[in-house]
Amino acid sequence: MTALFDAHGITKRFGGLVAINQVDYALDRGISSIIGPNGAGKTTLFNVFTGLYEPEAGEVTFRGRSLVGLRPDQITALGVCRTFQNIRLFANMTAIENVLVGMHARVRLGLWDALTHPPRFHTVERGLWQRGGELLERVGLRDKANEVARNLPYGDQRRLELARALGSEPALLLLDEPTAGMTQGEAGHLMGLLRRLVADLGLAILLIEHNMRVVMEVSDRVTVLDHGEKIAEGLPREVQGDARVIEAYLGRSSASRSPRAPS
Amino acid sequence: MIRAVAAMAAVALSVTLVDLFPRSILVFLAFQLSLLYVYVTRIPAWLRTGLLGVALLVLMPLIGLRNGYYLEVATQVGIFAALALGLNIVVGLAGLLDLGYVAFFAVGAYSWAIVGSPHANLIFGGGFPLAPGWFYVFLFVGLAVAAITGVLLGLPVMRLRGDYLAIVTLGFGEVIRVLANNLDKPINLTNGPKGITPIGRPPLPFGIPYSEGFYFLVLLIVAVVILVNRRLEDSHIGRAWEAMREDELAAQAMGVPLVRAKLLAFACGASFAGVMGVVFSAKQIFINPESFTFLESIGVLAMVILGGMGSIPGAVVGATVVTVLNLQVLKGFSLWLNELKNAGVTVLGYSLADLPTQLEPAKYERMVFGIILVLMMIFRPQGIFPARRRQRELAHTDKVPTAVVP
Repeated sequence: MTALFDAHGITKRFGGLVAINQVDYALDRGISSIIGPNGAGKTTLFNVFTGLYEPEAGEVTFRGRSLVGLRPDQITALGVCRTFQNIRLFANMTAIENVLVGMHARVRLGLWDALTHPPRFHTVERGLWQRGGELLERVGLRDKANEVARNLPYGDQRRLELARALGSEPALLLLDEPTAGMTQGEAGHLMGLLRRLVADLGLAILLIEHNMRVVMEVSDRVTVLDHGEKIAEGLPREVQGDARVIEAYLGRSSASRSPRAPS
Repeated sequence: MIRAVAAMAAVALSVTLVDLFPRSILVFLAFQLSLLYVYVTRIPAWLRTGLLGVALLVLMPLIGLRNGYYLEVATQVGIFAALALGLNIVVGLAGLLDLGYVAFFAVGAYSWAIVGSPHANLIFGGGFPLAPGWFYVFLFVGLAVAAITGVLLGLPVMRLRGDYLAIVTLGFGEVIRVLANNLDKPINLTNGPKGITPIGRPPLPFGIPYSEGFYFLVLLIVAVVILVNRRLEDSHIGRAWEAMREDELAAQAMGVPLVRAKLLAFACGASFAGVMGVVFSAKQIFINPESFTFLESIGVLAMVILGGMGSIPGAVVGATVVTVLNLQVLKGFSLWLNELKNAGVTVLGYSLADLPTQLEPAKYERMVFGIILVLMMIFRPQGIFPARRRQRELAHTDKVPTAVVP
């Protein structure tokens, strides 16, 4: 059986710089994490997965369908949605409107429906608002539905971005550093929420995360990237003890130095 | 209650004043201000709608009987309001800065002008002008042609945004004008700078005079345009446009197909201008490329910005302010200064009659307008009626699958 999401031999170059080199990645369910030092290529990999970048080589499939060459909105429509490392909300729209935009790919209405307002339009629209309310409730922002996103505190903005991504009814959710800037307590709450999402909706979640405590606690599987290459993969415990991972994070002792291209 | 009485009194008083002093610009301004007051004051919705309806449908035409020029001003305001509302979709909602918007107006105007006048005989041999009744068909033809032009403009500029888009659309506006100026050969399509005349006027029911007829027609179109604008704004389409304005990349990542959304914005905005172009050409009887200059595009943009980007009442009020400023206030100001000059008034020992001709008051118009715009941008950059976020009551849903996260 093929995996839900399968990337194979992904290579992405920017001019002479090889940002991602021959990375294979597959996931099926639960929470997976990608970690790695700054510049390891984590976000680039996300951008390849979600169609923002087209890889020079490699294949990405989701439910057996190729994602390479599709536009980001098409990929979202297929059921892969993401959040951004530097929060990218629609700053001047309200929280609920942000979530409604997230549902855009699921709206089966056309221009003519919007202009003539047939009964169907009101039914659909009411359904959207209701579901938007539910999603806000899920992330704990129900009472801030009418607040303009720009005015929300940082932690709320991160959670709103999550609710917006959930609006597109994804089967796979990619979260780029969702706990950045959060306290350990807030991060813990967020991870609890992610766990529940996996349990309730059967979502698969892929995280990029720097907060090691969070990663080790919540992940079913951890992948380590360094210099655009996958250097380790496995259960959190296994990865923690991996010599190459420790080396990537803490540097090498001079004795074990091996020949390697300067970065 | 007090406000309701005040609103009614304001309208009644200003109308009486217009009736007493049909030549006074100040009194007509008072009438407009009374309508604005009715719109902004807190009175029941039915009363507001009723008062505005009576004022626009009954009082304004009556004022027109006393002073036809006021009706002309009101018609012009309507035409520009529709243009501003169209541009409001493109610039205000979708965030695509379009500096060549008047091109769509021109396309609409020429689409009726060519076949609605004997000019088409030069191209097709004979059988023109079309019967005046075709005008109503051409309202839709103008809409369609302008919308298609909008898509044609949209396609090549898809990847541009901000300043780059502005420059290309500016060029596009000029291209249309230059085309209109030069398409008198090899086939004489537009009659070049000489323009096309006489353009047929539509048949009107009940023997309504043309000035009133055009006023009502424009009013009807503006009403439809406002309705369309509101419905679009409150739908998934409007939300997608706004998302695109806020963050194009995030909008696409959330499932908004950028190409389609942008083309739709261009087409919708353009179609309003196209319809008004048809009306404009019939109303003016004569059009030439001079009616569609870059300054017109900037004027419409100024209306949108002055009124408040992305705001429907803003666009209407912006159109009113700019049009009335140009047609009445600044003209009146010029006349007044001229009178002072002719009367030999001296200011601080300097006789105004010695003013060199280069500094004639009529030439201040643009400058005064510019100063107003600058002051506006300094003191109220969000516009007269900034777009307000709609506050919606969320229906309470009792069954939510999981516990609430704190």
